[in-house]
Amino acid sequence: MSSIGTGYDLSASTFSPDGRVFQVEYAMKAVENSSTAIGIRCKDGVVFGVEKLVLSKLYEQGSNKRIFNVDRHVGMAVAGLLADARSLSEVAREEASNFRSNYGHNIPLKHLSERVAMYVHAYTLYSAVRPFGCSFILGSYDQDDGPQLYMVDPSGISYGYWGCAIGKAKQAAKTEIEKLQVRILLEPSLRQGKILLNCLICVCYCYQQMKDMTCRELVKEVAKIIYIVHDEVKDKSFELELSWVGEVTNGKHELVPKDVREEAEKYAKDSLEEEDDSDEDNM
Amino acid sequence: MDSQIKGVSTGTTILAVTFNGGVIIGSDSRASIGGNYVSSKTINKLIQVHDRIFCCIAGSLADAQAVTKAAKFQISFHSIQMESPPLVKAAASVLKELCYNNKEELQAGFITAGWDRKKGPQVYTVALGGMLLSQPFTIGGSGSTYIYGYADAKYKPDMSREECLQFATNALALAMGRDNVSGGVAHLVVITEEGVEHVVIPGDKLPKFHDE
Repeated sequence: MSSIGTGYDLSASTFSPDGRVFQVEYAMKAVENSSTAIGIRCKDGVVFGVEKLVLSKLYEQGSNKRIFNVDRHVGMAVAGLLADARSLSEVAREEASNFRSNYGHNIPLKHLSERVAMYVHAYTLYSAVRPFGCSFILGSYDQDDGPQLYMVDPSGISYGYWGCAIGKAKQAAKTEIEKLQVRILLEPSLRQGKILLNCLICVCYCYQQMKDMTCRELVKEVAKIIYIVHDEVKDKSFELELSWVGEVTNGKHELVPKDVREEAEKYAKDSLEEEDDSDEDNM
Repeated sequence: MDSQIKGVSTGTTILAVTFNGGVIIGSDSRASIGGNYVSSKTINKLIQVHDRIFCCIAGSLADAQAVTKAAKFQISFHSIQMESPPLVKAAASVLKELCYNNKEELQAGFITAGWDRKKGPQVYTVALGGMLLSQPFTIGGSGSTYIYGYADAKYKPDMSREECLQFATNALALAMGRDNVSGGVAHLVVITEEGVEHVVIPGDKLPKFHDE
């Protein structure tokens, strides 16, 4: 879908004859060049996973984080130009903080995502500035409203999601997330690699949806998806950043504890090995 | 004059009490100047700031009306943005921000009471300087000093609507009986999930106690 918008792509304040704003589209391409980030919403929380590519062995481990805390109960996972994303996380933090100062309670995620989306959109209107080159996923958990997940892209739209992916492998990741919708209850057999056989049987059985999973189960699935979409050939090493917010953390957004992360990574690596053995190729 | 000195509440008795399923907010209806002249016998001190949220005002009536007008606008806008009725806490916070940020110029205190889906019936006090406090019931204004004993002794949590109405009416009547700058009729508003009901009790229909 790439075309050169000669002459009409010099500034965000110009439409092309076929009704496109090329600068915004180019901004989205910047997001597609970045590594993948996913966010999935389950029964009692939201889990984020980011494939953070490590470009140099000299980097300190854990630096250049791509998951931010926007408020106590809100997390943000980003893809695209990291500097743009950091600046937007500050914007989001101020919005959340001002809301609490004015109205005395936590900002509802829908409202926060609309406010930040409005800010992002403002940068797509003028020639004096360029659009933000990042997309981000916002997630929160509240006792009454439950888990919420919203994604904002460089054009300034925000959508609510059950599961979403941004970055270079977003299509593959979305496929994997959709597969989570139909997941067999017979988990032990899955681990033994009898996927094909059980897939046939599962049609007759009831299925466990993503929506019924708890955060602890979902963390492992998210890790697995990141490992699946990671391209071993093009990008060598990566760090898996995992964070969650939900009942398991009492509504506080935080990075997943070390032991849970290690368990999730182990599950992901084991699943990958099994699937290498079986006939079915996920991608 | 009393009204020039900051920190002194002037000519009012106001209260708000939660009960099982709702909240009752009430006030007297006298506005006075200088403690001598009754400028209005039937003033409304119960301002509706949203469908299920009311505010009662104490202190300088001019300040209170200006603040509630601004608050009503902000709360209405907020509610439309949120696409849902505002939380009582949010409404009280809006009032608190106005009071705190303008504390040098203003001399008004409020009691905010209402019902929302998240926490049900609630009562918040916004004091003169901008303090915000949530309580099961609260009394305010100059007349309230005469009924602290009654309120503390007679309040029970989880009352029925009728018990609560009786409690609020008695409290207002006792305060209006002793405070010279409170009087007129008793205005009461009962707020529940279903709706809002005004009850007005004229002075001669108020409960009578000994010596009356």
